[in-house]
Amino acid sequence: MHVIEAKGLRKDFTVRVRKGLLRRERREVAAVDGVDLTVRRGELLGYLGPNGAGKSTTLKMLTGVLNPSGGQVSVCGLTPVPQRILLARRIGVVFGQRSQLWWDLPLRDSYELLRHIYRVPAAEHAARLRRCRDLLELDPFLDTPVRQLSLGQRMRGELTAALLHGPEVIFLDEPTIGLDVVSKQAVRGFLAELGESGDTTIVLTTHDLADIERLCRRIVVIDHGRVVHDGGIDALHARYGSQRRVVVDFDTPPAALPTLPGVHLESATGPRLTFTLDGSASVGALVSALSALGGLRDLSVAEPEIEQVIARLYRSDEGRAPS
Amino acid sequence: MAEPSTAAIYRRLIAAQVRSQASYRASFVLDLLSNVVFLGADLLTVLVVFHRVPVLAGFSLTDTLLVFGLSSLGFSLADLAVGNIDRMQRHVRTGLLDAVLIRPLGVLWQLLVLDVGVRRLGRVCSGVVVLVVAVHLAGVPLTPADVLLLVITPLAGAVFFSAVFVATATVAFWWVDSGELSAALTYGGRDFTSYPMTVYGGWFRHVLAFGLGFGFVAYYPALILLDRPDPLGAPSWLGWCSPVLAAIAAVLAGLVWRTGVRHYRSTGS
Repeated sequence: MHVIEAKGLRKDFTVRVRKGLLRRERREVAAVDGVDLTVRRGELLGYLGPNGAGKSTTLKMLTGVLNPSGGQVSVCGLTPVPQRILLARRIGVVFGQRSQLWWDLPLRDSYELLRHIYRVPAAEHAARLRRCRDLLELDPFLDTPVRQLSLGQRMRGELTAALLHGPEVIFLDEPTIGLDVVSKQAVRGFLAELGESGDTTIVLTTHDLADIERLCRRIVVIDHGRVVHDGGIDALHARYGSQRRVVVDFDTPPAALPTLPGVHLESATGPRLTFTLDGSASVGALVSALSALGGLRDLSVAEPEIEQVIARLYRSDEGRAPS
Repeated sequence: MAEPSTAAIYRRLIAAQVRSQASYRASFVLDLLSNVVFLGADLLTVLVVFHRVPVLAGFSLTDTLLVFGLSSLGFSLADLAVGNIDRMQRHVRTGLLDAVLIRPLGVLWQLLVLDVGVRRLGRVCSGVVVLVVAVHLAGVPLTPADVLLLVITPLAGAVFFSAVFVATATVAFWWVDSGELSAALTYGGRDFTSYPMTVYGGWFRHVLAFGLGFGFVAYYPALILLDRPDPLGAPSWLGWCSPVLAAIAAVLAGLVWRTGVRHYRSTGS
């Protein structure tokens, strides 16, 4: 069974555009424009898109904060808005920009309050907190008021807060935003481990490409409220013509170069040549052709960076007329 | 282990709020004190008026103090419990409303509890003092019926003002700059109910006393306590009607609130 099922999910907002002194025109804008999404239990899904693409709005509809304007949605077999309270017990949510913690109280107190809000049996709660304390190293600041925590410490605290009631699905809206490298790695490592255990379904929005590469086997990319890609990272590479790059160093620049289909010479500076390969071209064929020339000293293959792939993806959509 | 009751959860949340606010010790104490002084300023207005005229629209200083005491105690209780709901717009902007929507508890109760103005306890205390002094000065005989009325009137007033706070704050869902309207009906309502109705004229009195129900907060109960007929000719049993009116107001405010939240969830603003 699917943990999350959305079909034709849409959300329209009315914006008022000023026209002259008093006249205002109402315009319907689709923030989410017919999204289909199914997520299996235990999946770790990256939900990406440029700013304003409709990521947060989708998450808000999945978590029961906002009512969809159209389409169907079910999470854990529940309809989010009418069954908000039932759903709330079964999902965990981390909004990177908004705290679930009690600002002026020691971190520990927030967890105690959440235990009561979610009516978690004490033993279960203690066991989950124990695990988070170990994995996220909370102990040094467990008795510090939340307002005095660093952003990285706070985010580790937020993650814990979202997990103490043992949610089946956890939604994370930009969980690594603004964190330093060490904290990012701590959060990522934790999520990776949580994802591997296979019980918890994780839906994560992020702008951090390292998050995606490290964590998500499946990526859904949304732009202008529509899903423009749904699949693995490899499929994304294949589809958006991501190019691998082969850099070779010769003892002396070769006189003639081999011509192979899908291989382009990007630059030649002295003894160093850089080739770019289309998705279908073979690195092996290029390497054997080059080594036949003789005098090959060094060779490296660079995998395409996801950053470039995503950038292309966003740009390829720009030509479309705005709705 | 038994499931904790919902009331127990809210008690814990309120206790957390008290701890939070008390963690800023100096400012907490100062706020408590300044809230005591606040009421003093309003009281001073009444005293200044009666310094110039011995009788105002048929009511003496001590009679007026009783009306004032009932009104301000009811108002300060409401202000303590729900006064911060007027920060609704900010809750929407900062995302507190979203945070509250993803927890398995009622939205309005959570918002009230997460923002309860503990510092306003000072005003409640001084409200009690003013009322006790007024009862003494006005020579209320304190029959069992009087005592009962003295207890239910401020409580009903508190519910009534709370309803006004919630209903007017909800307007913020549709209209960003609703603060003025809200203040006019809450603080304005308190000022209106602090004096005998006879002070006000014509349609203005009718609209506020009956149309909006403010007459029942303090004026009609005070007439019973003072054992005098209404100079405007209303029957005296009206003084016992404040709980009914408070209940009606609470139901209406609840409906307005639900509509407001539904609107938020469909528009996101």
